[in-house]
Amino acid sequence: MVTAMLVLGIMSGLFGLVLSYASKRFKVEGDPVADQINDLLPQTQCGQCNYAGCRPYAEAIAAGKADINQCPPGGEETIRTLADLLDMDPKPLNQEHGQHKEKLVAVIIEPVCIGCTLCIQACPVDAILGAPKQMHTVIESECTGCELCVPPCPVDCIDMVPLQKDIFSWKWPFPDSAPDSRNGDTAIHGAAGDHGA
Amino acid sequence: MTEFALILVSTVLVNNFVLVRFLGLCPFMGVSRSLETATGMALATTFVLTLSSVASYLANHFLLEPLGLEYLRTITFILVIAVVVQFTELVVHKTSPLLYQVLGIFLPLITTNCAVLGVALLNVQQGHGFVQSAVFGFGAAAGFSLVLVLFAAMRERIVHADVPAAFRGPAITLVTAGLMSLAFMGFSGLVKG
Repeated sequence: MVTAMLVLGIMSGLFGLVLSYASKRFKVEGDPVADQINDLLPQTQCGQCNYAGCRPYAEAIAAGKADINQCPPGGEETIRTLADLLDMDPKPLNQEHGQHKEKLVAVIIEPVCIGCTLCIQACPVDAILGAPKQMHTVIESECTGCELCVPPCPVDCIDMVPLQKDIFSWKWPFPDSAPDSRNGDTAIHGAAGDHGA
Repeated sequence: MTEFALILVSTVLVNNFVLVRFLGLCPFMGVSRSLETATGMALATTFVLTLSSVASYLANHFLLEPLGLEYLRTITFILVIAVVVQFTELVVHKTSPLLYQVLGIFLPLITTNCAVLGVALLNVQQGHGFVQSAVFGFGAAAGFSLVLVLFAAMRERIVHADVPAAFRGPAITLVTAGLMSLAFMGFSGLVKG
């Protein structure tokens, strides 16, 4: 009994070590450029760039098959950071793919929902919860605002509303839009210096 | 040499894993819809079965038998097979992207299949040695590949055939598999074992 437990325990432990070592040792690096580009894209998975999602679009940019101005949800901001990364000139958003809007989330008007599940199938990030003939609802923290669920809805019960800024979604404004943040900067530098010393 | 040939013929035709022993039926039904995926699955299975057959022989012979822990065979074999396949997958992914593309998604799919564990346990039951185990594993995989590819080719044609409405879909697939099984049963008596 004890031998059996020991043997199995040691064997499993050893195998675990071997596998974890192997996964480090034989780690396959993906295309690093595509990874970096993918990190900059907004991950709405909306498909407005004519690719199946953000990752395929990133790969197409990395392979030189797509332009950097096909991402409406990212807007000028994304184009600028992409241009920085790839050492290209920023260009205006290609209007064929749509216009930049502020970040939206889908909201289902629940009394109207008939529970047809069509929007669930359309959602690329599984942010809609529901079952056949049951009311559906949107998980707001998962919704990317891609609007793909709006056209399939037979009763038009999905509204796109602007995202409310709350304590979790609020970010510091970018430096050029808020030039006078000097006091905060010095304080942070001072703290970092103390820590280093 | 004759012995190995006998094991091969026996596992491929007479005691075919899928159609006579009824092991590994889920990939047989699941990935036989198109010839291309069936070929990928067949290759991955050949790889996994041969490898797991050898690995489980080693585990049984050098670990379980000396310690008198034969009753732990099933769980040990599952563990060993899973680890060996996972490890090989990592190495193949790194060293040969092309091979990984062919086998890639099928490797983890087949690892936990009953045919794989079946080969390991049958090896022990029939008292096979090291080389015999390897040949047995390879033969089982070759038999699996043979019927999988044949079956996939048949299903591709059946899709275009004028099947009566009541038999369409899974029904005709199961009927076809049954007929194939009957045909393979005809080999029994060709080799003893």
